[in-house]
Amino acid sequence: MRRDTSALPGFGLGLGVLLSALALIVLLPLAALLARGAAMGPAELASHLGSRRVANALALSFRAALVASAANLVFGLLLAWVLSRYRFPGRRLIDAAVDLPFALPTAVAGIALTALYAPAGLFGRVLEPLGLRIAYAEPGIWLALVFVGLPFVVRTVQPVIDEIDPEWEEASATLGASRLRTLRRVVLPVLAPALLTGFALALARSVGEYGSVIFIAGNLPNLTEIAPLLIVIRLEEYNYDAAAAIGLAMLGISFAMLFVINSLQVWSRRRIGHA
Amino acid sequence: MNEHANPLCAALLAGAVLALGGAAAAETRILNVSYDPTREFYRDYNQLFATWWQEQGHEPVAIEQSHGGSGAQARAVIDGLGAQVVTLALASDIDAIAARSDDLSPDWQAALPHNSAPYTSTIVFLVRAGNPKGIRDWGDLTAKGVQVVTPNPKTSGGARWNFLAAWAWALRGNGGDEEAARSYMAELFAHVPVLDTGARGATTTFAQRGVGDVLLAWENEAFLALEELGPDRFDIVVPSVSILAEPPVALMPGNQGSEEQRAASQAYLEHLYSPAAQALAARHYYRAWDTSAAAAEDLARFPDLELVTIAEFGGWAEAQPRFFGDGGIFDQIYEE
Repeated sequence: MRRDTSALPGFGLGLGVLLSALALIVLLPLAALLARGAAMGPAELASHLGSRRVANALALSFRAALVASAANLVFGLLLAWVLSRYRFPGRRLIDAAVDLPFALPTAVAGIALTALYAPAGLFGRVLEPLGLRIAYAEPGIWLALVFVGLPFVVRTVQPVIDEIDPEWEEASATLGASRLRTLRRVVLPVLAPALLTGFALALARSVGEYGSVIFIAGNLPNLTEIAPLLIVIRLEEYNYDAAAAIGLAMLGISFAMLFVINSLQVWSRRRIGHA
Repeated sequence: MNEHANPLCAALLAGAVLALGGAAAAETRILNVSYDPTREFYRDYNQLFATWWQEQGHEPVAIEQSHGGSGAQARAVIDGLGAQVVTLALASDIDAIAARSDDLSPDWQAALPHNSAPYTSTIVFLVRAGNPKGIRDWGDLTAKGVQVVTPNPKTSGGARWNFLAAWAWALRGNGGDEEAARSYMAELFAHVPVLDTGARGATTTFAQRGVGDVLLAWENEAFLALEELGPDRFDIVVPSVSILAEPPVALMPGNQGSEEQRAASQAYLEHLYSPAAQALAARHYYRAWDTSAAAAEDLARFPDLELVTIAEFGGWAEAQPRFFGDGGIFDQIYEE
């Protein structure tokens, strides 16, 4: 499939480098995980995954990742919209701050959030008497994952908003559409593919997040124990097979979720005629 | 799954660092792979040993330290981290190394006096200043409204000692009835709001985050918390029964590059039993065997209490799978 129309040469070299890098860094470790699973066979896999504790940890990990990514979808869209449509003092500063979760070690974020929301912390002191428990409960996990996933939505949506010509909205208004209708029928359809991509990236990132969550979660089995922690616990028991089994389950569920999101994306692209 | 690097990678990296270091200097090197709370002790002991070793007319020795969770450190050694000596939190972690490599003989624990544990510690309670909940003994931990902080025995060596100390008390109080001990443990863990992965993490949760009424801690860790965070903020409560925690040491015969290195590593471990080193251990809040050179004020800190030993549980080889293995007693508490 050589594309001679490109102005720049180097397809062969480029593909070669890409494939070897991909094989070394991504495919090889994944293949090792799959091989470990294949060596176990379905009965043993099921025995490692069959307990209530594993089921609870997996459910918690994916539930928390979904909640956090949904929150990021709304919050990230708002943030991206404000940043690209309005000019106000401090805009560049906020724009730069969005990338902080990329750069900061997640453990630092976890410790900082825990210090704030722990029962003795600045916010925890106020929330605890109201019966709102954040740190050492599931909402704490959501919070950490919102922090970790936020830049993914903002950074994927922002360039697309930049591309939308405000004249489209004006045209829609002059044709008699209400503001809500303009948003629903003109703006959101154009943004949908980017929003889905951002959502998928944030979701994928937060499902496997470990560093920030273990500080704020409380880590109680069946309640606040995330699947990646259970993998570490299995490794501590030298039970590499059980760890691999949980890893495989996470891989399978993540793959299925990303597949659904990608299908949605293809569908929405077709709908607005981008395909 | 990001911060936890592959142990093999860690081992390769450490190997590369050591290889570079080895090329730079001709002196004898010892890598001591240890667990978390020994940082301060080994920093001082390494100096003591290096000076003493040279006084004996040997080539200078350079000692490198690696600290981390005891289980994770054992895994790094199994995966190829070239330690000359290991000094870990409990025998079962060194047993794991012996079981998974040919280097270490299964009866490694007989190589040095006192089950190869040159210093010991025990498990005590750290409570808030003035002991507002009136906690005196293990039975008070399950009173209504009391919250207990302990790390997860699956990931923390110290937490396993906590668990066994509580179990020993419950067994004695109930005339050896195991079912009663089990229900006490289940009740105890129902009072635990946070399970940190390591002893230091649990100390932070209790001391800095203000969670819980009592922290189950290594005695040395409890003293360290008092010293670092203020004696006016916490009190140490000594229960009626606790456990003799023996953090053992072992020589890794397969990782000795030269005769000189082997001799230095062997002496490094044996010298831990010398009066000077024992005095140092006492200063760092470890209970020492030989108190002849220790300062009186260091020794006065250790109250007398009844200590059960791991032998009562059939040794770690039996206790580890029974209590903390997959599907063991700890797992059953959370499966019910």
